[in-house]
Amino acid sequence: MLGLDKKDTYLLLFVAALTMLAPFLLNPFPEGSAMAQFNAGYPDLMQRFVIFGVFAIGFNILFGLTGYLSFGHAAFLGVGSYAAMWMFKLFGMNVLPALGLSLVMSGLFAVLIGYISLRRSGIYFSILTLAFAMMSYSLAYSVLATDMDGPDRQGLLQKGLTGGETGLQLTLEDPRIFGEQTAGAGNIPVPNLFGREMRSAAELNVGDWVFTFSAGYYFAALIMLLSFYLSIRIFRSPFGMMLRAIKSNQQRLNYTGLNAKPYMLTAFVVSGMYAGLAGGLMASMDPLAGPERMFWTASGEVVLMTILGGVGTLLGPVLGAGAIKYMENILSKINSDILHQWFAFLPDGLEDFVITLIYPFIGKGWHLTLGLIFMAVVIFLPGGLVEGGQRIARMFKRKKPTTDTPDGKTTPAE
Amino acid sequence: MEAIILQILNGLDKGSAYALIALGLTLIFGTLGVVNFAHGALFMIGAFCAVTLSRIISASHTIVDDTQTDFLGNPLKVEVPYVYDWFGQATGDAIIDWAVPLSILFAIPVMIGIGVLMERGLIKHFYHRPHADQILVTFGLAIVLQEIIKYYYGANPIPTPAPSAFTGSFDFGALMGFDPGQIIYPYWRIIYFIFAAIIIGGVFAFLQFTTFGMVVRAGMADRETVQLLGINIDKRFTLMFGIAAAVAGLAGVMYTPINSPNYHMGMDFLVLSFVVVVVGGMGSLPGAVLAGFLLGIVESFASMRVVLDIMPGINQIIIYLVAIIILLTRPRGLMGRKGVMED
Repeated sequence: MLGLDKKDTYLLLFVAALTMLAPFLLNPFPEGSAMAQFNAGYPDLMQRFVIFGVFAIGFNILFGLTGYLSFGHAAFLGVGSYAAMWMFKLFGMNVLPALGLSLVMSGLFAVLIGYISLRRSGIYFSILTLAFAMMSYSLAYSVLATDMDGPDRQGLLQKGLTGGETGLQLTLEDPRIFGEQTAGAGNIPVPNLFGREMRSAAELNVGDWVFTFSAGYYFAALIMLLSFYLSIRIFRSPFGMMLRAIKSNQQRLNYTGLNAKPYMLTAFVVSGMYAGLAGGLMASMDPLAGPERMFWTASGEVVLMTILGGVGTLLGPVLGAGAIKYMENILSKINSDILHQWFAFLPDGLEDFVITLIYPFIGKGWHLTLGLIFMAVVIFLPGGLVEGGQRIARMFKRKKPTTDTPDGKTTPAE
Repeated sequence: MEAIILQILNGLDKGSAYALIALGLTLIFGTLGVVNFAHGALFMIGAFCAVTLSRIISASHTIVDDTQTDFLGNPLKVEVPYVYDWFGQATGDAIIDWAVPLSILFAIPVMIGIGVLMERGLIKHFYHRPHADQILVTFGLAIVLQEIIKYYYGANPIPTPAPSAFTGSFDFGALMGFDPGQIIYPYWRIIYFIFAAIIIGGVFAFLQFTTFGMVVRAGMADRETVQLLGINIDKRFTLMFGIAAAVAGLAGVMYTPINSPNYHMGMDFLVLSFVVVVVGGMGSLPGAVLAGFLLGIVESFASMRVVLDIMPGINQIIIYLVAIIILLTRPRGLMGRKGVMED
């Protein structure tokens, strides 16, 4: 189907089913029950799952296929966000043109940075990309945020191109020449897709369960599926093969008379455009763009996601993005009261002891858990969650050598 | 002229910190061939060694002081540090005042211990894995160390002042024959620079003039041959990791009066230190030191009013800009050796 072989079609269908049914799957616990805080089926978080999924899928095309570790990918995310915001400000609140401009701008930006950075490899490439991203961050934070209108005009560029610390925000004075300047009640209009507002949502009550279907989520999920499909095609194409050849031995590739540069640059630009798309989606879901999206910790985050899920696998980045965003939102919500509830069955002294042990790892300390899990994955499971799944599947197979039905979740992607 | 001298002086203290961290990074890279992303965390831990020690020596107990009364006439409860009991008030005050310099003695064994532990416990297993894996695992370690510090010390910067003898400023201009008041420079920054120079000189002397250093240098040049000669080079490299950690830690200890330590200061410095190492040339110790001071001074010149008027914001990006230009024109860095990480 769609030019994919059987296994890849299953994988795509599996991911499609997961994303489409996410409002159900992520809300397994009834509302108001003690476990309800583990529900992740609210639109804001689900949108983040798929948006960071797009970001990580794109990063994986560069790092997973060519082995070039970019530590500055968040720069493209930021550029995409700013581009989308300017589209909203100038032309109207439809998200499609905004995403289009995100793609174009991040692509151009990636051509520039990639052309320079790709002249070096290894650690130097990482440092160069990091330097470019930090430069973009500093510029967005300071110079590009100065008053470019002149002191006596209160125009569009009053807070510069990027808005500096407070970020780029929509205002009522924005022209929006192709759309309405103000919404009905004199509010700032919200991003929409041909009239369907991104933040609109339908709720379904089944017994105690409440399922929310958000337009924004489904739009972002469709884009994610599209980018996932595209990444499968890239992985299976001769172009993807060439990128893998670069990873395994670039020198030998050069000896065969091939110039690896154009392939590398293409991979870098495609990957940057994915990041720009993710940035545009972020701005579409919540019309705001700030320089902190370009900070190097944001670049580090996408590295974490990709490694955690599994570098160079198709499913890995999506899983990694989901896992990290889930932990960020759910783990950081647990506080000591909730812990006391859970361990109320233990005798008093023991209860306090157990809680003191667990406390550093939850709430504000969730980064500690993340760091430990990440280290464990790099040390023991270099293939990430996907490799973990494969190992478990192999254990199963050894027990029952006759059954060899491919398990959707553990399908080897490479 | 005064302005130029002032900017050079301003660049020296930041440059010293860059140079010290970059020196440690290069030591680790040169000996073990590992790219250590957790080095910034070591700098930060050093700074928190100073915080810890100053908390330990100002640990106090409460006594009821009959000579003082509060506004109701009741005897006042006062906190008395233990050092008062042990050494008397004057000496006790001096010890508390000198907490930061004293922390140097405390930090050296702690940092060497942490460094050796890190190398034996984690980094040892990554020698034969790709550089990307080394970067990733040390990056993870940096997050963990940072979060542990955040858990115990909180997220806010903790002011740790210098001894009161050094809190003032020094009229450098008068000394050099300019008008007084033109070049004023805080004492502690001069001390930081001198301290950095001593540490850097010490590390170089250690490598150059001791047998241990000679073996380490031989191991950096050709590890296998040294091993064939029956020398346990791994053990010495482990100690070198400890020393590199101590250098970063001491840089952190002495930096606390300049900038109150917080849990993410290591990461902030790390990114710049990597840029410094790459500019200086991967694996070149003099290169790291030179590039550290150079970039510190360049940065301080870029923050001059005159320069900012011509190119606004240049002070924010100048270091990265210099790094990009150098990497593209001199791929090996300023003083990089041939054959070290050239790809």
